[in-house]
Amino acid sequence: MANLEARLKEVKTIAKSPKAQLKKYLAAGKKVMGCFPMYVPEVIAHAAGMVPMGMWGAQTEQKLSKLYLPAFACPLMQSNMELGLRGTYEGVTAAMIPTMCDTFRCVSQNWKSGVKIPMISFSFPQNRKLQASVEFLETEYEHVKSCIEEILGTKITDEALENSVKIYNEHAKLMMKFAEIVPDHLDVITPTVRHEVMKSAMFVDKAEHIEIMKDIIAGLEARPAFNWTGKRVVLTGITAEPESFLKIFEDNGLAVVADDLGQEMRQYRTLIPDEGKTVMERIARQWNNRYACPLAHDEEFSRGDHLLDLCNKTKATGVVVCLMKFCDPEEYDFPLYNKQLRDAGIPSLSLDIDQQPTNYDQARTRLQAFAEIL
Amino acid sequence: MSEQQVKKPKRPMSKSLIMVRQQLADLYTEAGEAKARGEKIGWAASIFPQEICETLGLVVLYPENHSAGIAARHQADPFLQRAEGELEYNNDICSYAKINLSYIDTRNLEANNMPLPDFMLIANNICNQVTKWYENIGKRYNVPVYMLDMSFNHENFVTDSRLKYIRAQMEDIIASLEKLTGKKFDQDRFREVMEISAENKDLWIKANELQANSPAPLNGFELFNYMSAMVCCRGKRSTTEILKQLISEIEEHIEKGDSTYPGEQKYRVFWEGIACWPHFSHNFKVMKKLGMNIVATAYVRAWALDYIPGDLDSLIKAYTFTPSNNTPIETLVERRSRDLIKFKCDGMIYHLNRSCKVMAMQQAEIQRRLTEITGVPYVSFDGDQSDFRNYSEAQFETRMEAFTEIMDQHKAVREGK
Repeated sequence: MANLEARLKEVKTIAKSPKAQLKKYLAAGKKVMGCFPMYVPEVIAHAAGMVPMGMWGAQTEQKLSKLYLPAFACPLMQSNMELGLRGTYEGVTAAMIPTMCDTFRCVSQNWKSGVKIPMISFSFPQNRKLQASVEFLETEYEHVKSCIEEILGTKITDEALENSVKIYNEHAKLMMKFAEIVPDHLDVITPTVRHEVMKSAMFVDKAEHIEIMKDIIAGLEARPAFNWTGKRVVLTGITAEPESFLKIFEDNGLAVVADDLGQEMRQYRTLIPDEGKTVMERIARQWNNRYACPLAHDEEFSRGDHLLDLCNKTKATGVVVCLMKFCDPEEYDFPLYNKQLRDAGIPSLSLDIDQQPTNYDQARTRLQAFAEIL
Repeated sequence: MSEQQVKKPKRPMSKSLIMVRQQLADLYTEAGEAKARGEKIGWAASIFPQEICETLGLVVLYPENHSAGIAARHQADPFLQRAEGELEYNNDICSYAKINLSYIDTRNLEANNMPLPDFMLIANNICNQVTKWYENIGKRYNVPVYMLDMSFNHENFVTDSRLKYIRAQMEDIIASLEKLTGKKFDQDRFREVMEISAENKDLWIKANELQANSPAPLNGFELFNYMSAMVCCRGKRSTTEILKQLISEIEEHIEKGDSTYPGEQKYRVFWEGIACWPHFSHNFKVMKKLGMNIVATAYVRAWALDYIPGDLDSLIKAYTFTPSNNTPIETLVERRSRDLIKFKCDGMIYHLNRSCKVMAMQQAEIQRRLTEITGVPYVSFDGDQSDFRNYSEAQFETRMEAFTEIMDQHKAVREGK
């Protein structure tokens, strides 16, 4: 068992250099599946023996992406197009791309027009209450599966799927456990460290990441609970990056005690359920069980309640909205949950997240002021 | 006053235009009256299968059309300001949504007001933003939101599983609406509504296709004025009457060899995208000065839903696959390239609509593909369907002027000069 310090160092390295991870897996003879946000069925690629790796953009200048996207495309999709066109993802066997928003519909079409890496596209059903939606998603996933089988020239067995489901659920449970104990270890788990742990999961085979998470959790549990006297906030949005952004929290005595971020806990808080006639049905049902996410239509709009619940559980006194620029699904949710937060006396602060090289001076000033009112 | 200074009298409004305007005013009146009687009123996305509501005898209004009207009448400013201020909506979201999410609280225009909805009908074949927009209304006003997920088509056909999924949703929505409103869904009436809608679709296509004549019989901008009939009333007999009248007027122009377009039609152009409603008259003025007339569009044809009356599956396929926002790029390009040739277009104008991401985010690739296939030159301008701030008169003028030169060069090459 590696110690906590070594594991935290390891996740930092991984989170900072996904390219090195890609090279490592390719050198070991592995095939890598690129996974666009969000909720793509990684588990199917995993069952084929591939290593699924997240594609969530990067801090990068936009040049080639401008051939496809106007300036008001969200930075994440711009970066993914940019890196795809530039060849940064070279070595990735294929990319799974869902169509979760308007920009996504077009990016799937742009990707297949300009990027050499094959696309495996599918649609998530947005009417999530009917059994017919589960059946529809099963068919979409069967399509994903057959694309992978064709590319690799192998068959994905139900047994392999079952095995990968077990691994993914075990991993998700560990991520939940980690998120749960973070508030007791805010001396070690700074906002940046917390993010690195989360982010590293996207670039490591989940079976390996299980071992990393076990060590981190055991290491934390071996330590006494730390009495954090600073302020506690919850993050919500798509991503909270780069490091220079998170550093501002640390500089202002703000601890991140929970998140509702697409890149972080939103992915892990819903398990693949046990119910279902087939393993594919179970995988499909996970989508119907997801909640409080702007990309999954929700008749009840549970996001405000979820944020309040996170604040209550973690004793957070404020919510920082990490608003991916030009992310309309996130923008539409804001007035609704913000009213709920206001009514409950929880202050919020909305900050723009970009992926272009930028400084966060304005965010620094605003966070400083926010920290004072908490 | 010298004779030259006397302003040319305005052409009297055509009978069909008077009819279509009256039809829309009547719809709003009918909605107000129904609401007052205690009936349940719906608000629907623009390409929701109206056949369901028409069969049930429900009065349904269309917020997109309503917001476009507000913008066209230059009344959008206070709604946009309130949406972005007090209501905390981001400047980035669709301006139809912003106007409506603000309008819903006051509902106080001089005319054409929408009563508060008792239910919302989403069909996301147009975009995803409409889902989020209606979720907001559902939450803020505590009204049920019925989702008809049309699911983006990655294939160039409608898969069986998609068809089955949409059919199940339609059945569910019909049952929910029956329960909510106490009305019964009658299969014979359904078939009748489908027949009326199919006839209206044929008439609508015909009216559009008559623009293939030279000279084009209509000032192309005028066809946008008839969209309310297709968006809000395409299952109604009144639309049949309006479109028949419109066609007879168009045919009269063809017979006489004239056009409602004032002046010589030097350039026949394809308009890509939603109209730039706040600057509709400026667009027209500039294009008229340069002799450019719109002979084809893709947008207005999105309501030409082609199905076999009585065949529910063909209706579902039409609804998920007719709007280009829900099809793969190959289908979208193929439809436009066919029209560019059929309507003998000299050029294509792309409205880079700040409000409509699903239309904007692949426009560059569409331009490349279409030019490669057809050789037809293009120009684009920055605009917005209903936010007047996202437009520059100077940019539009300069681009259109330059575009005439490009079209001239292409013409010269074509004619071997």
